[in-house]
Amino acid sequence: MATIPEAATPPRPRPDLALRLLRLTTYLVLGFVAFVVLLPFIWTLLTSFKLETDIVQYPPELFPRSLTLEHYSDIWHRIPYARLLLNTLIFAGGVTIVSLIFDSLTAYALARLEFPGRDVLFLAILVTMMLPFQVTLIPLFSLLTQLDWINTHQGLIVPRATNAFGIFFLRQFFISIPRDLEDAARVDGASEFRIYRQIVMPLALPALLTLGLFHFMYNWNDLLWPLIVTTDTSMQTLPAGLALFMGEHVVEYGLLMAGSILALLPMIVMFLLVQRKFVEGIATTGIK
Amino acid sequence: MRGSLEAVAGQTPRGRFRMELRRLRRSRLYRRRTLTAYAFMLPSLIILGVFIVWPMAQALRISFTDFNVFQSNWVGLENYRKLLNDEAFHNALGNTILYAGITTPVSVGLALVFALLLNRKVRGREFFRAAIFLPVITSLAVAAIAWTFLIDPDIGIVPYWLEQIGIQTGGLGEPTWAMIWVIVVGVWKNVGFYTVMYLAGLQGIPREIYEAAEVDGATTWTRFRTMTWPLLTNTTMFVFVIALIAALQAFDQIFVMTRGGPFFQTETLVMMIYRLGFSEFQMGYAAAVSWVLVLLVFALSLLQIRYFNRRLVRY
Repeated sequence: MATIPEAATPPRPRPDLALRLLRLTTYLVLGFVAFVVLLPFIWTLLTSFKLETDIVQYPPELFPRSLTLEHYSDIWHRIPYARLLLNTLIFAGGVTIVSLIFDSLTAYALARLEFPGRDVLFLAILVTMMLPFQVTLIPLFSLLTQLDWINTHQGLIVPRATNAFGIFFLRQFFISIPRDLEDAARVDGASEFRIYRQIVMPLALPALLTLGLFHFMYNWNDLLWPLIVTTDTSMQTLPAGLALFMGEHVVEYGLLMAGSILALLPMIVMFLLVQRKFVEGIATTGIK
Repeated sequence: MRGSLEAVAGQTPRGRFRMELRRLRRSRLYRRRTLTAYAFMLPSLIILGVFIVWPMAQALRISFTDFNVFQSNWVGLENYRKLLNDEAFHNALGNTILYAGITTPVSVGLALVFALLLNRKVRGREFFRAAIFLPVITSLAVAAIAWTFLIDPDIGIVPYWLEQIGIQTGGLGEPTWAMIWVIVVGVWKNVGFYTVMYLAGLQGIPREIYEAAEVDGATTWTRFRTMTWPLLTNTTMFVFVIALIAALQAFDQIFVMTRGGPFFQTETLVMMIYRLGFSEFQMGYAAAVSWVLVLLVFALSLLQIRYFNRRLVRY
C-alpha cells in the first residue's frame, strides 16, 4: 500500500484534500439526516416486536432482546382493528374513485366546452382551493347531524367526493392534450360524453393515476375530518382510532406500535412501488 | 353571383330566411352545448355547493350568533369583539405565529441544504431522497404516536442518547419543550416535500452557467451566493409561502402529542377551533376564530398564486 510508485498515477490528478473532505462530510451529513428521518419508522418497527417489559426498561435500547409477534395477534381483538382498517379503506378508496370521476367530468367541461359562466366558475373553484377547509367544519358537522350522516361512510365520503384541486389539476392536463383526435370524432357525430370517456380519459391516465394517489394518500392519512365525522369506534379510521386509543391506554406501547406499522405499511409500499410518480407529481404541481 | 351574395347577407327575403335559420341552429346548438357542459359539472357543483359553499356561508352567519347546543341568537359583532380581549385567543394566535415562525424558516432552510447536497453526484442519491421524502407520504397522526414515545423522558431513546452527549431535554409536560418537540415533528413531516421542490428548482438552472464560473475559478460558496441563490429566489418564495400556509394549519401532531397542552402552551388556532367547536360546543365563537384563520391563509394563498404563475413561466 505504501509502495505505489509515484510515476504510476500521473494521468489522474489526485482530488485535493478539501474536495475529499467535502465529499466525506456530504455522506456523513446525509447519513445522519437519513437516520434521524427514518428513526421513527425504524423504532416503531423494532418496538412492535419487543416484549412489553423490554420496551419500558431503562436505559432504552433500539434493538429488541427477544422477538415476539404477540402484539400483531393481540391488536385484532384488543381494538376493532379489522374494522378500523376496513373503514379507512372504504373512506380513502371511496373518495378516490368517486372524486376522480366527478373531478374529471368537471375538468372536461372547463377545458373543452364553451358555455356562459365558465371563467367565473373556474375562478370560484380556484378560490375554494385557497380557503382553509377548517372554516367549514362546524357548519358541516351540523349539516351531517341533520342528515343523520354522523358515523356513516357516506358522511365521510360524500363531502369529499369532489375536490377543487383535483378539478384544477385535471383541467390543466386536459388543456395540454391535442384536440385533433376529438375534433375528428366530433365531426363523426360522437357525443361529448363519448369523447370524454373514449378519447380524453384514456389519454389522461397518467394524470388520473397521480391524482388518485394524492387523493388516496391524503384521505388515508387524514386525522381531523374522520375525528369530526365519526364518534363511534366502529366507524373510525386508523389515524383517528389509534390516536384516541393512545389517549386512553397510553401504556400499551407494543400494541400501538404494531397497529402503527400496519397503518403505515400500505402507504410505504405504495410509495416504494411508484416513487417516481409521487415525487415528480408533487414537484410539478407543488401541492400536497 | 350578386344575387347569391345578397342572399347570404340577408338582403333578400330568401337570404333573411337562411340567416334566421342559421341563427336558430346556432342558438339551439349553443343551448345544447351549455346544457351538456352543466350536465358534466352537475355532480361536482352540487357537492361543492352543499358541502363547501353553503357551509362557508353558514360559518359566516354562525360567527354572528351565540350558536351552541341549546340556542342560536344573533349577537352581531359580539364574537369578534370578544376575540380582541380573549386571552385564550391571543394565546392560540401567538402560539400559531410562534410555531409557523420557527417551523417555516427551519424547514425551508434545511430543505435547501438537503437539496444542494442531493443535487451533487452522490452515491445512493435515490435512497437519501426517498428517505427524506418518506414522512411526507405517511400519516402524521400515526407517526406522532411513535414520536411521543421516542422523546418520552422516562423511556424514550432520544432523550437517553442526547443525555449521553450532554444535552438535557424535557418532556411534553414542560411548556417550552412541548413546543420544541411539536415543531421538531412538524419540520420532520414536511422537510422532504420542500427538498423535492428545491431539487426541481435546482434542475431548472442551466449547467452552462456553472461551467463558465468554473473557468473563472469561482469557489463553491461564491457560486452559490452569486448564482444558485439568486436563481432560486422564485422557488424559495413559493416554497416559503406553501410552508407558511401549512404551518398555520398545524393540528395532527399537536392533537396526538399534547392536545394543546400543557396549560394551552401548544394550542394553535386549529386546535382552538376544535376545542371550542367540538368539546366545549361554543360553535358561534369557534366560527369567529376560524375566520381569522381564513384571513391569514387566504392572504398567503394570493401570494402563492403570484409565485406559482411565475414558476410556470420560468421552468
